Amino acid sequence: MTPERLQTLWLHHEIDQRNAAYAAALDDKRYADWPEFFVPDGRYRVQARENFDRGLPLALMHFESQGMMKDRVHGITQTIYHGPYHMRHVVSPARVLEVAQEDGVEVVRAQANYAVFRTKPGSVSEVFNVGRYIDEWVRDAGILKLRSRLCVYDSELILNSLIYPI
Amino acid sequence: MNAFPESLSGALRTFPAGCSRVPYWVYTDPVIYQRELERLFYGPHWCYVGLEAEIPKPGDYKLSWVGERQVIMVRDRVMPKDRATDHGIRVVENRCAHRGVRFCQEPHGNARSFVCPYHQWTYKLNGDLAGLPFKDGVKVVTEQGECVNGGMPPDFSLQHNGLTKLRVEVLHGLVFATFSSETEPLRDYLGPHIMPWLDRIFQGPNGSRPLTLLGYNRQRIPGNWKLMMENIKDPYHPGLLHTWFVTFGLWRADQKSRMVMDERGRHAVMISRRNDGGQGPAKDSGVQTDVTQGVTSFKAHMTLNDPRLLDVVPEPWWTVSDPSQPGQTITPTVTMITLFPSLIVQQQVNSLSTRHIQPRGNGSFDFVWTHFGFADDTPEMTQRRLRQANLFGPAGFVSADDGEVIEFSQDGFAQWNSDGLGLGHTLCELGGKDPGVGQPPTEHMVTETLIRAMYDYWKKAMAL
Repeated sequence: MTPERLQTLWLHHEIDQRNAAYAAALDDKRYADWPEFFVPDGRYRVQARENFDRGLPLALMHFESQGMMKDRVHGITQTIYHGPYHMRHVVSPARVLEVAQEDGVEVVRAQANYAVFRTKPGSVSEVFNVGRYIDEWVRDAGILKLRSRLCVYDSELILNSLIYPI
Repeated sequence: MNAFPESLSGALRTFPAGCSRVPYWVYTDPVIYQRELERLFYGPHWCYVGLEAEIPKPGDYKLSWVGERQVIMVRDRVMPKDRATDHGIRVVENRCAHRGVRFCQEPHGNARSFVCPYHQWTYKLNGDLAGLPFKDGVKVVTEQGECVNGGMPPDFSLQHNGLTKLRVEVLHGLVFATFSSETEPLRDYLGPHIMPWLDRIFQGPNGSRPLTLLGYNRQRIPGNWKLMMENIKDPYHPGLLHTWFVTFGLWRADQKSRMVMDERGRHAVMISRRNDGGQGPAKDSGVQTDVTQGVTSFKAHMTLNDPRLLDVVPEPWWTVSDPSQPGQTITPTVTMITLFPSLIVQQQVNSLSTRHIQPRGNGSFDFVWTHFGFADDTPEMTQRRLRQANLFGPAGFVSADDGEVIEFSQDGFAQWNSDGLGLGHTLCELGGKDPGVGQPPTEHMVTETLIRAMYDYWKKAMAL
């Protein structure tokens, strides 16, 4: 195997590992760990596919900093009244679309599909949210962190409410 | 008609006297729900279908709903000579006159005409039947000569076989439709107490303010549709259920506020003015209150890591002449408008949206949020509106709570009504038992008068 191919393989593996760790943090309800997957001015949005496809800017969650994400964590653990539920993410292998140097920073553009299942106490598991992650990863002290994660979901209707990040 | 008030089990159901106690069967009985569709959604009421800004060009259309009937809102071509009198917005039912096919499947688009895929019946944008294949039969030549096979009967009329056309009225870019020929004109339907609050948001100095579409959020809430109307006619809960409202002073019981309703009790506006939040009384309330004492959702020391989430900037149009006090002005920061039966118009600080109730059986409804801004917004204001949208919608810091408690309300009604006896009722007696219809507005928020008023109207409209 050529060094280039090895490097590509390693990058895919690295992103898949990060996605698995991200999903595990959310599914294990370690919400405080979630903003740490982002750089301080990282962006996180959850957007309906119809808005994304039509270029409409509205998002279901629209955070522009780790601080806003921490505010969300406070919200889901302290302030938003909601029925409890478990989440289970299934994330596909990533597709790396571009590796670019921007202002001396390595930016990796990648996408992965996800399905999130919801299980409420005393109820069956249901398909909760299905879509794709559209990501920009940057290397921060050797570790890949998200500069931007846009979750574009196909699901036409949110099953009542979406409390936790996906 | 005697069949209607009876439950499926046959027991006669009577709405109790007054309207401060609402029986659970109002939310759980499928027969009541059928009657609501017939008498409210398909009856003499104006139902919201969308914003004019969603279909800017001739031929632009989008699918929408009136009750459980899917309709198409479309911008027709209008001759220049008619443009002063015809807004060009048509609403037709998405159901082919021939075989009942819901022929339009793309949620939005642009069309020259509508063609049903099954037998290619073709309709103009205004719903008129333009033509159909083999209407006059098929000419064949046989050894005996020419003849015509089949075709529609000679008395078949294109004119009488179009799509169902709804009556349409457009107010400040909000499009309403009704199936009924008896519905009064829209402005009369809304009435003089409600109109100033719609004018405040939508009417600029040079006529209706052009709107910009920011996008949609959609959720399915497993509760009766009326619970959402009640939620936005209930000023009691926001300062209790919603931590963000009480802690950051967006809505709480010590604020200057006003509960407005129309002359018939069906529409309402909840008006309030933001204060600085915190532990003490509102600076401009003029009274000492214990509004945060014992309120567990109040978080005295909570601050935001990123204050941009609540970067409120007052807008000039917030201040208007006070409709109740001539000569004075009023500057609300929030107006929550409920237009019976199916629309909520929200202004909460810099966030603006319509919320469309689309009932799906007695125990469920779809709730569609259309966020908008104004065409003359700066990019910063658009960004601010998008950030503040984090408070609302199915994931909102505030509104997610509402969908959840509506679900749990319906669960409560259903479990008590599981024996089919139709017992049990909700209680809405805060501020008295009177609906308050025809009375001056209540100048505080410690009241459930708007909910009582809606049921006062509902009972009459339902003939129960």
